[in-house]
Amino acid sequence: MSDIADRVALELRDVRKRFGKTEIIRGATLKVNAGERVALIGPNGAGKSTLFNLISGRFAPSSGEILLGGARIDGLAPHRINRRGLARSFQVSNLFTHLSVFENLRCAVLWSLGYRYAFWRFLASLRDANERAEEVMAMLRLERRRDVLAMNLTYAEQRALEIGLTIAGGADVLLLDEPTAGMSQSETRRFLQLIREVTAGKTLLTVEHDMGVVFGLADRIAVLVYGEVIAFDTPEAVRADPRVQEAYLGAVDAQGLA
Amino acid sequence: MDQVVVNLLNGLSAGLLLFMLSSGLTLIFSMMGVLNFAHAGFYMLGAYVGYQTSRIVGFWPALLVAPLVVGFVGAVFERACLRRVHKFGHVPELLVTFGLSYLILEVVQVVWGRAPVAFDPPAVLAQPAFTLVQAGATGLSLVLGRADAGLCVHAACTTFPATRAFMMGVALLMLLALWLLLRHTRVGLVIQAALTHPEMAEALGHNVPRVFMLVFGAGCALAGLAGVIGGTTFVTEPAMAAAVGSILFVVVVVGGTGSLVGAFVGSLLIGLLQTVPLTVDKSLANAASALGWTVSPDSVAWPLMKLTLAQVTPILPYLLLVLILIFRPRGLFGTRDD
Amino acid sequence: MTERAEPDAAPGRPKQGRLPLGGVDGVPAGRGAVTYHFRPYNVGRWLTWGGYALVLLLAPLVFSSSLSQTLLSQMGIAIIACLSYNMLLGQGGMLSFGHAVYSGLGGFLAVHALNKVGAGTLHLPVSLVPLVGGLAGLVFAALLGFVTTRKSGTTFAMITLGIGELVYSMSLMLPEFFGGEAGITSNRVVPPAVLGISFGPQIQVYWLIALYCFACTALMFAFTRTPLGRMLNAVRDNPERVAFIGYDTQRVRWFAFMIAGLFAGIAGGLAGINFELATAEVVGAQRSGAYLLFTFLGGSTAFFGPIIGGVLMVLATVVLSELTKAWLLYLGFAFVLMVMYAPAGVAGLVLANLRLAAFGRLRALLPGYLALALAGALAFTGASAMVEMLYHLQLNEALGPVMKFGGVMLNAKGAAAWVGAALLLAVGATAFEAVRRRFRVRWDAAQAEIERELKRREGT
Repeated sequence: MSDIADRVALELRDVRKRFGKTEIIRGATLKVNAGERVALIGPNGAGKSTLFNLISGRFAPSSGEILLGGARIDGLAPHRINRRGLARSFQVSNLFTHLSVFENLRCAVLWSLGYRYAFWRFLASLRDANERAEEVMAMLRLERRRDVLAMNLTYAEQRALEIGLTIAGGADVLLLDEPTAGMSQSETRRFLQLIREVTAGKTLLTVEHDMGVVFGLADRIAVLVYGEVIAFDTPEAVRADPRVQEAYLGAVDAQGLA
Repeated sequence: MDQVVVNLLNGLSAGLLLFMLSSGLTLIFSMMGVLNFAHAGFYMLGAYVGYQTSRIVGFWPALLVAPLVVGFVGAVFERACLRRVHKFGHVPELLVTFGLSYLILEVVQVVWGRAPVAFDPPAVLAQPAFTLVQAGATGLSLVLGRADAGLCVHAACTTFPATRAFMMGVALLMLLALWLLLRHTRVGLVIQAALTHPEMAEALGHNVPRVFMLVFGAGCALAGLAGVIGGTTFVTEPAMAAAVGSILFVVVVVGGTGSLVGAFVGSLLIGLLQTVPLTVDKSLANAASALGWTVSPDSVAWPLMKLTLAQVTPILPYLLLVLILIFRPRGLFGTRDD
Repeated sequence: MTERAEPDAAPGRPKQGRLPLGGVDGVPAGRGAVTYHFRPYNVGRWLTWGGYALVLLLAPLVFSSSLSQTLLSQMGIAIIACLSYNMLLGQGGMLSFGHAVYSGLGGFLAVHALNKVGAGTLHLPVSLVPLVGGLAGLVFAALLGFVTTRKSGTTFAMITLGIGELVYSMSLMLPEFFGGEAGITSNRVVPPAVLGISFGPQIQVYWLIALYCFACTALMFAFTRTPLGRMLNAVRDNPERVAFIGYDTQRVRWFAFMIAGLFAGIAGGLAGINFELATAEVVGAQRSGAYLLFTFLGGSTAFFGPIIGGVLMVLATVVLSELTKAWLLYLGFAFVLMVMYAPAGVAGLVLANLRLAAFGRLRALLPGYLALALAGALAFTGASAMVEMLYHLQLNEALGPVMKFGGVMLNAKGAAAWVGAALLLAVGATAFEAVRRRFRVRWDAAQAEIERELKRREGT
């Protein structure tokens, strides 16, 4: 186990991002070990989505470095980063609307199985792709909705498919952006179990607002406030950290409350 | 020298006319995400309506009436057709304006015929604005209006038409008015807000669909105004829409989609590119000869080499388009969005 | 997600059985259960393709006049062109205003090749000359497409327009290759005639076109079943997500663009052989616009939509344009109405009605359809009478005010005709609107019933 823990799967070194004159990310530093589950929390506007966009390649950082498995990925195009083993999900489901559940998942596995831009082979003949898609579909409990178009799924099913698209390619580092957004308590509980199952053994960095999910899932918690990581520790330590309390609760003392 | 100045002015005036058109297009595009394929059609409609109106009440009232009519037609179209298609996405919106371009062309042809119509400028514009007199050694001088015949016997005289000067004037006024509107009025503020955050603007109580309709109508009205001026400066005929249509899109892509400054710079650039090279009668073959290489009809790529710059002028804007796409895909002033 | 009775176990692999010719909706899928998937189109597939081949074979025998043969030949060409266009529009979500560039350049190269074959400098059977066109289409699509596919959406559309104009303008500047105003002519009859096939008679050219049409349709259909074809759909649906599953969106578009260019070039090559001519207008904006218009009218969301579109294209440009001078106006209106009310095109309407029929709901709507058709015909007659009279007054002044409209003589300057037409239009339009509302209610009810039925089948 210590062997795995020694490997740093994802590292951010003083990452900064400025849009025009505004600096959104002001020096974020983070080290996520392989196999670890890290939750990224912070008040609204802290820059969590921006950070995800920086890591996954949607934007390039203004300065600083991002390393995946020890190699720099900042400034690379998203598809190149994905090919190196990093996948992300989206807060608003980003599915292939006019394709069925099965087709969605099959698309997600094609590149990782090496099929590239092949136009000389039939999809039906790609046994490994079809099997993998079936496998993921079963993991997500979506077999019954196999041929339903993604845009016709229920909200929870779409969120499940969203996760499915993220893990299907077999990436080792997963970024999940508010996976349980918009779900009820019971749905969240079930979804959490699903996430635990499908991301077993992977390195996970998730943005979450639901503290129940955070404390139930994360090995460590990173707290992002105004574009800086002000705390990165075990859930208990973070809970007790006065800086975190201040960030969330504001200047409590100033109002004379204990 | 006089030729050069007049050529430059011709190029600039053509560019400013393009700007009148591309500003309306950019406004609509930034605002609503709709690329109005029929924009050149509204330009043509403005020319024809202006023509018809000027025959009834004269040119100057037509200058006011035609844009209003065209703007009204645009607003009606937005309300009746575009709004319905809005929920299907941007491609159907583009398609519906594409269909409209066919319709406008047919309607114009059936009402006014397929031959050009004589949309003459009023007397005050039908003369030269000024004449440049190049008198050999004594140099360049400017004479307002038409220069005396006597002056031109021993000197080179080049006139600059008042219609073109008028076009430049109106375009610059329009630019000023647009800038003031967008930056310093409440309407402009609402438009700018609805530009990037239509839902929020609506939540704040602004009737965004109505704003859209007004903006679309205003964009078409600008095209109509350009049409009245362009129609009287150049020819008013059914082919005028097609002539300016594709160039318009080149302007938008080169300048950068969604940027009015880009539309301005792009228009001037393309306007100059379409006019100034027309005076150059040299070809690549000439250039090669000047460098000492022998070129003859048997040389490789002779068909390309023998083309003079003047002959090649029509494709220059499109070559610029290709170059921009290779080296600066977001255009000169484009925003990041696609 | 529904509650499950079984405890959550480790995900297993469901075994999958497939019966050779289809099976029955089996036990609903639980983990570890065998699932059978009803694949009716295994048989249906043979039927459809067989039927398609049959239609291509028998059409010239059923419609045997020389006009029909000309029309059928052109339809075959148009089908290939529109199918290739839909690879971009329907499958890739790329709206191109310059597709005629690739079919046109294919045509030009094919005509030049044909001339070389005739002169003896190129040893190629005439029947393979369209492949030269295809190659030209492929190469130009690779070159121009690299730049074009860098952007997407509306910017892409503008770029294709610009490049289309670029090529068209160049075509007028390089008479050596493009033949100037008159274009380049050729002769498709190159002796010796193999097996009696000289390609002199139109019918022989038709057979060649029909062969290519079938082959190209099959190939383009096969493409939709390949990884690249499917990723093209993904790019259409969500280009952003495509990057996050490992694919370069631009590459996918570029490759698809090249393949579409290939088939467009083949269509252009066939046109070159058919007309023995290539002029600048085959790369022009009107041609590109026609591809867009008719592919969309035929239906861009179904594979066979462009086939309908190609047929409509020839019928409209050759037949309709003879019947009335106002054909472009009608076309424009039809197109705008389609975009607004039936964006899936004719194919979409056909599929929607087939779906109704499959669930047994079509019969109830038939009277409504009939009423709509009657009211619509009434309104249309009135409107088109007015349009025709207007056109007559504008274009045929010299012939006097009286004109023929569908067998009836109308005085275009007389009030009677106008009032009559306006009345027809008013009555027809009001009737149509009234019927439409009732029909809409019935239609929505039928759709709701189908949805319920589907849920029921799924849920058990």
